Amino acid sequence: MAEDKPNWREYPMAATIHSPGSATDQNTGDWKSMRPERDSAKCDKCGICWIFCPDAALYMTEEGYYEVDLYHCKGCGICAHECRKEAIRMVEEGE
Amino acid sequence: MGERVGLEVSLAVSEAVKLARAEVIAAYPITPQTHIVEELSQMVADGDLDAEYIIVESEHSAMSACCGAAAVGARTFTATASQGLALMHEVLFIASGLRLPVVMAVANRALSAPLSIWGDQSDVMSERDSGWIQLFAETGQEALDLTIQAFKIAEDKRVLLPTEVNIDGFTLSHVVEPIEIPGQEEVDSFLPPYEPQVILDPEKPVTMGPVGFPEVYTEIKKQQNEALLGSYEVILEVWDRFAESFGRAYRPIEHYRTEDAEILINMAGAMSGTARIAVDMMREEGKKVGLIRTRLWRPYPFDEIRNAVKGAKAVAVVDRALSFGGQGGPMCSELRSALYPLTEKPVVTGYIAGLGGRDITVENFQTIVEDTEGVLTDGPREEYKMIGVRE
Repeated sequence: MAEDKPNWREYPMAATIHSPGSATDQNTGDWKSMRPERDSAKCDKCGICWIFCPDAALYMTEEGYYEVDLYHCKGCGICAHECRKEAIRMVEEGE
Repeated sequence: MGERVGLEVSLAVSEAVKLARAEVIAAYPITPQTHIVEELSQMVADGDLDAEYIIVESEHSAMSACCGAAAVGARTFTATASQGLALMHEVLFIASGLRLPVVMAVANRALSAPLSIWGDQSDVMSERDSGWIQLFAETGQEALDLTIQAFKIAEDKRVLLPTEVNIDGFTLSHVVEPIEIPGQEEVDSFLPPYEPQVILDPEKPVTMGPVGFPEVYTEIKKQQNEALLGSYEVILEVWDRFAESFGRAYRPIEHYRTEDAEILINMAGAMSGTARIAVDMMREEGKKVGLIRTRLWRPYPFDEIRNAVKGAKAVAVVDRALSFGGQGGPMCSELRSALYPLTEKPVVTGYIAGLGGRDITVENFQTIVEDTEGVLTDGPREEYKMIGVRE
């Protein structure tokens, strides 16, 4: 609802963001059309996907796998491209 | 106290930047602006001005470097003209959108093609909507004064917008005029060091210029427009303060022999000097002619211009730029638009003159006034006329 959103006087000047890292509070990837899916049987937990992810959308689980934060992932497919074990495939959202 | 010297106007602008204690200058040379930044680079090299002089590979980079410098809180200056200003185009909107108080001198020059290094105002008029405060100087003294004032206006907490001082290429930038150079102490007290509100600082990180989604963008543009409109009052304040300190008074619109004037000539920049001579000659012939010169172009001085034309039968607007396929001169069409809501308003006639360095003569202004007299007796004609064009 429009009335819940800040009016022009309430925004910081020039829309400057004063809280660093605030993108983690936003669902910045909910518009993607493809999402990565990991095959745990093939994954050797090397972490190359985590290194290459340009948006820091991957995090390590307790078992040592790299899980995707799907609200943050944009579906670029770099992780799937870089995975040496071909353990990640890109699937259509909605599948 | 100030010292009165004979000085090339470009160098007077450099002197103003030095007196303003600019901290970063990033510029690329282009005729007819080169003397300004050449002199500044000399001042920095000689240790007369304690500033970073950033040599860049293009005007796009110059304005980008200025944005970066202003974003870390430095008092920042650049100068350009013509193609250089055109090359800055996209970054001009970033400077204003990020609310960075960069100050820029533009030695107005025609745009190619055909290639022309000579003066007209097509360059600035093509950047009219870039969100900058835009001022036009007529004289060397004014060029120096406006440059010092520009920093104070741009950096005001209530404004924080980039500001541009326009000086006509060659006919102003390259002439030698008697100019009073204010003392450093006087300028220091008029223009204290810049106190930025938000800066890029690793100790306190911020994101400037994030993505503005459709639900945000309109509000931010409203904010920016309110700041530009609101700068009007600040500009008047700065001019009052300047008059107190230096004894030279400035207004958005300059009047010359406008009392009882039936026909007013309106223009901006150095050609006003010639127009003044023409006004004197026509006054001697008994014609009730006066002159209103536009000094402040953005924000547009609606009230001042409406008051200035009160009682006149006609306003002849002389533009040094042509909006192709449109109403002709940008100043003319904006004046028409500003007067449209008034019930009683003068006839507005439009003229294009002085393109690409073509001289604008006293006779041209006489022709313009005669033509406007013709419109007053015979009624309206085409939207505008190009003066001096060979048919």
